[in-house]
Amino acid sequence: MGQGMEQRLTIEASGLDGLFAVLEERGFTVVGPTVREGAIVYDRLASPADLPRGITDEQDGGVYRLKKRDDDALFGYVVGPQSWKRFLDPPVKRLWRAERDGSDFRIVPEEVPREAFAFLGVRSCEIHAMEIQDRVYIDGEFKDPGYEARRRSALIIAVQCTVAGGTCFCVSMNTGPKSESGFDLALIEVVDTERHVFVIEAGSPRGREILEALETRPSEASELAEAENRIADAAARMGRTFDAEGVHDLLTQNLEHPRWAEVAGRCLSCANCTMVCPTCFCSTVEDVTDVSGDHAERWQKQDSCFTMDFSQLHGGIVRSSTRSRYRQWLTHKLATWIDQFGVSGCTGCGRCITWCPVAIDLTEEVAAIRANPPDAVEPHRRGKP
Amino acid sequence: MAGKRKPKIAVWKFASCDGCQLSLLDCEDELLAIAGAVEIAYFPEATRTRLKGPYDLSLVEGSITTPEDAARIHHIRRSSKALVTIGACATSGGIQALRNFSDVKDFISIVYAEPAYIDTLTQSTPIGEHVAVDFELRGCPINKAQLVEVITAFLAGRRPKTPAHSICMECKRRGTVCVMVAGATPCLGPVTHAGCGALCPAYGRGCYGCFGPMEVPNTEAMSGAWKALGASEGEVMRVFRNFNAWSAPFRTESEAHEKEE
Repeated sequence: MGQGMEQRLTIEASGLDGLFAVLEERGFTVVGPTVREGAIVYDRLASPADLPRGITDEQDGGVYRLKKRDDDALFGYVVGPQSWKRFLDPPVKRLWRAERDGSDFRIVPEEVPREAFAFLGVRSCEIHAMEIQDRVYIDGEFKDPGYEARRRSALIIAVQCTVAGGTCFCVSMNTGPKSESGFDLALIEVVDTERHVFVIEAGSPRGREILEALETRPSEASELAEAENRIADAAARMGRTFDAEGVHDLLTQNLEHPRWAEVAGRCLSCANCTMVCPTCFCSTVEDVTDVSGDHAERWQKQDSCFTMDFSQLHGGIVRSSTRSRYRQWLTHKLATWIDQFGVSGCTGCGRCITWCPVAIDLTEEVAAIRANPPDAVEPHRRGKP
Repeated sequence: MAGKRKPKIAVWKFASCDGCQLSLLDCEDELLAIAGAVEIAYFPEATRTRLKGPYDLSLVEGSITTPEDAARIHHIRRSSKALVTIGACATSGGIQALRNFSDVKDFISIVYAEPAYIDTLTQSTPIGEHVAVDFELRGCPINKAQLVEVITAFLAGRRPKTPAHSICMECKRRGTVCVMVAGATPCLGPVTHAGCGALCPAYGRGCYGCFGPMEVPNTEAMSGAWKALGASEGEVMRVFRNFNAWSAPFRTESEAHEKEE
């Protein structure tokens, strides 16, 4: 923010009730973190009582566990299995219906969604993920009207990360842990034996208007210092690191590297990595008919490049081996995404590592390829298309 | 659509529990529409009407376990334009294919007072090992929505949509948290064919593979993950030796762990 830096304000943790009330007055549906099925998931929240008070998440490859914290922090965890794309781009949705009309048929379009979400607890990596998906759904030649409507109406209430997870590497991807932009409001939670407060700032006119409606006081210097300390602490405690330097060329010049076959031996091709990734956007379209043949519907479903159908073209399946599918996913995510959209497709959130049932870790895979460059690979294996 | 004449549908039973053909009667909302769109020509579970073939569509439940059935399936094939197997028995031999891993004579002598009356084959085998099958619908039991989809697709002359990817994609789409990663619960979902809508994980338990192997099952890596969660060789063998024990990928994997045990 530089010179225009606004005065920082503080709200008490108990003041979150006021935030919920202000959001509801303005017609927002509050969506945020809550505990369900042994994880912190994003869902509609009725009040701050639904937040994961005093809970944190411990994560490693293929492992996610909730643990009690020794304080009452409401945002003292990292990220769960879901991301906001579940709300911006629902995994299963109807695109249109068709009704038989004599010898003709009539198309009934779906209405553009009107529900406006207030996303509470958005992490810096997740704001970057939304901005990456914006390039796919809004900035490209073909817009997704549903996504665009939901995205434009959504209010982003960021929470700055004060803890880092075992599979986090946002520092390596330059996407966190502190959100610098892309939010309407940003909170930093400061909790210790004497206080439980949020340092709050607005990042947009809409956020400023909401902030003015809240009960706030000027932040104390000690709160600000503690808030910045905690973010710096999170940055220093990343569970993973990733060397992004030259990764585009590293991967695209190593398409025949033996590591791809090695990882394919471990990969289940189950698609979990792509389903949890906050930037993966692939979908498939299915037409369904009823028995009478008088009604048809077109549905869009979240899809994955790990399925065989995904690369089924005329004449057969283009990527029939797990080796080719894993390579496709990783090279697209980390390399050709940059050619296509101008940014990396990876935000360093670590979900694909945590939620892989066999703990495949893309940071390890890329490091293995980097450690064993083309010259070290048998010459006859190089450069094949 | 087959012009003015309604397509004739027959439902046949082989070695099975009847659960899959009951799924057809369980279709409720769609049942009347189906009954209106087709002629139920042979379905002893539902109607006394028995019309002679040929049949436009035969739905076949159950596996082949007797010499009579091995002959009967050929008659049915010859009188059917399209033959669709429904369920794990018809598609992979069913739970009764456990006999394939032992000597069936031993079972007969233990179970029956007069073993001499029993005339059975040494193996329980899927319909596809005996005759050409046009489509195989998975599940133990089948999912009734998928059955309606298969019949509807047949009536419309298109391919049924029953994706062969993992159960995991169904879990993620419905928002179920992974029981394996978050709960250390061993789950066969990553190697199991979708179709049930990821029912078991939604209730906090692991998938046990009712729908059989998915399109590219890496059963070896799956077994490794189970063992990492504490499963013994015997437990890994038994989880693959279930309703779809005789499907090639699950059979190979269970045999590998039988040797290790």
